[in-house]
Amino acid sequence: MSDAMSKPRAARIAINAGLLLFLCLYALIVLIQPNYLEPGLFMNFLRRAAPLVILAAGQLYVILTGGFDLSVGAVVTFTVTAAALLTNGDPDATWPVIALLYLMGAGIGLFNGLVVAFLKVPSIIATLGTMLWLNGLALAWSGGAARGDLPENFRNLGRFQWRDVALVGTLPMAVLVLVAVLALLWWGVHGIGYGRRALAVGDNPRAAELAGIPVGRTRITAFVISALAAVTAGILLGGFSGVSVNAGVGLELQSIAACVIGGAMLLGGRGTIWCAVWGALSLFALFTLLNLLGLPQALRDSIQGLILIVAVGLTAWRSRARN
Amino acid sequence: MSMKVMLVATVALSGLAGAAMAQDFNDPAEFAKQREQLSMTPQGPEGAPWAQHLGDSMVDTAKWKKDGPATICFSNAGIFNPWRVVGMHNFQAEAEAQGDKIKELIVVDAEGKDEKQIADIEALVAGGKCDVLIVSPNTTAALTPAVEAAAAKLPVVVFDRGVNTTAPVTYIHPVGGYGFGISSGEFIASKLEKGANVLALRIVPGVDVLETRYSAAKTIFDEAGINVVGSEFTGSDRAKTKAVVEDYLNRGVQIDAIWMDAGDTATAALEAFEDAGLPYPVISGEDQQDFLRKWRDENLTAIAPSYPTYQWRTPILAALDILAGKPVPGPEWVLPQPAITAETRDGYIDEKLPPLHYSLCGCQNLPGYPARWGGSE
Repeated sequence: MSDAMSKPRAARIAINAGLLLFLCLYALIVLIQPNYLEPGLFMNFLRRAAPLVILAAGQLYVILTGGFDLSVGAVVTFTVTAAALLTNGDPDATWPVIALLYLMGAGIGLFNGLVVAFLKVPSIIATLGTMLWLNGLALAWSGGAARGDLPENFRNLGRFQWRDVALVGTLPMAVLVLVAVLALLWWGVHGIGYGRRALAVGDNPRAAELAGIPVGRTRITAFVISALAAVTAGILLGGFSGVSVNAGVGLELQSIAACVIGGAMLLGGRGTIWCAVWGALSLFALFTLLNLLGLPQALRDSIQGLILIVAVGLTAWRSRARN
Repeated sequence: MSMKVMLVATVALSGLAGAAMAQDFNDPAEFAKQREQLSMTPQGPEGAPWAQHLGDSMVDTAKWKKDGPATICFSNAGIFNPWRVVGMHNFQAEAEAQGDKIKELIVVDAEGKDEKQIADIEALVAGGKCDVLIVSPNTTAALTPAVEAAAAKLPVVVFDRGVNTTAPVTYIHPVGGYGFGISSGEFIASKLEKGANVLALRIVPGVDVLETRYSAAKTIFDEAGINVVGSEFTGSDRAKTKAVVEDYLNRGVQIDAIWMDAGDTATAALEAFEDAGLPYPVISGEDQQDFLRKWRDENLTAIAPSYPTYQWRTPILAALDILAGKPVPGPEWVLPQPAITAETRDGYIDEKLPPLHYSLCGCQNLPGYPARWGGSE
């Protein structure tokens, strides 16, 4: 029980570290490009970061239970591809198709969860497998090239912005979606008992089982939520930029990196929804910063890699120092 | 300390790599040759550019003459991008259109791997079924020995990327990368004042056919006194393209024109201007349907240079001519490489086709159009 007592404190520190990193990076952006202080540009920054933040928040559920979800990038690609093929530019099809996409997402998450919980396949392998079969399926379905078209009202979810809004200047719809989804995901972790059960499963599944926690169900729920978050991210990403067959490439690692930068512990046992939020915003601020610096691509990738290692190293060092 | 060393090393290495590329991909002689080819009048049947050629040089093929229906073998580098997807459909449709002249079409896909393609070619030659071998090489240098060995045993036709040998009967390709950069660069330069800004959006570094496009356009911009404010790699990713352009606009950089080395993310680049509430820039895209439609709907100042996918039809024609003993254009069969302009644009738009369909497929009269290319009836 003493472990549970220390958790609120750990969570608080994680918030502060992740938030601090984000503020530092954003301050650097402002230093280079002062107009990023304007609310309109900040809103635009949030609009573009929204898919990654949502993905990371979903990924956090799985990380809390001690796993990884490597299939989220593939789910994003699949969502965008499927949405374009199914709606084929017809605005009336938008809402039924979105419902169908969530159903498919739930199915994929359920599959991951069942494989991990009952076949006892390590999550890194199970979701790697899902990533491969899902990418293959998307490729076979689309024939390798983007086909179909996304209707305007579908695109608007990730693209539309209200102009001349008081206080914030422009208000992108994606930011509203982000806030709503985060509220839901926050409530899932912290508002009900689920978060504590997930932490217990991630910390020590055997002990959790003996304490009467439904380990299998907790894990399956995490994968379903992660997949549903990935569908949401896919809808926003497809809305922001349109049909693409490589929409989700690399997002699985970015979402995991975001959680870790924000202070969540890999292999479970520690983390809050804010780890994912500040971690993802920090990561996205880093991307934007490197873009703004106008460095050559090769150098950008190297710096990004090094900063990731330093950030994760610092998190690991902090948690060691605390123990 | 070690980070500093690594940074210095990375900077030095990328600098070296940049210098090396500049030498390889900026060949003034090739630039001049392709500029001349762009304005040549092609020879061959009117309205069928895939059967036309530039220049007069022909090669004799009498020694390969063979009667009866042909078995045509094709070693493809892969179908890893939309351009190759459209191309492969053209290829298969052309073979189908030839009907009885072809007994069998054997296609092997190297999945983008040199070593697989070398093994594929060796297996096709050793199998003894092929009357003629068509090769679309994955990379030039790696495939040269395998193509050379095959060409000693049977007639070989190479297309798209070349090989470093004249052993094949002919090498089919459109004018080339410099031509692409010249068409688009000259158009943009003609629409801008001296001192105006252009942003170059490119797919990936280090690919010969793409680097030459950029070097040609850059040469023209430099001559015209136009600033290239940035040269960014987007990996063909629409989200990244839009984000990169937004970042430039957020920095307050005036962008008068967008130059692209491939058009599949052109509409994403334009959306960045829409979302920022700015007027559209002058833009060079490519012959994809989505770009042509946007160009028409928004009345853009634009051009669509091409690397036409109709070149996938030509190898079948060449293969059948060779087996019939007819002379074919060679050792290089240079196809015309038109750019779509505001005048010719609407003729290339077909609403039935998917957004990333390459309009210069020359496939409208082939069997299975438009469904084979993903179009709706």
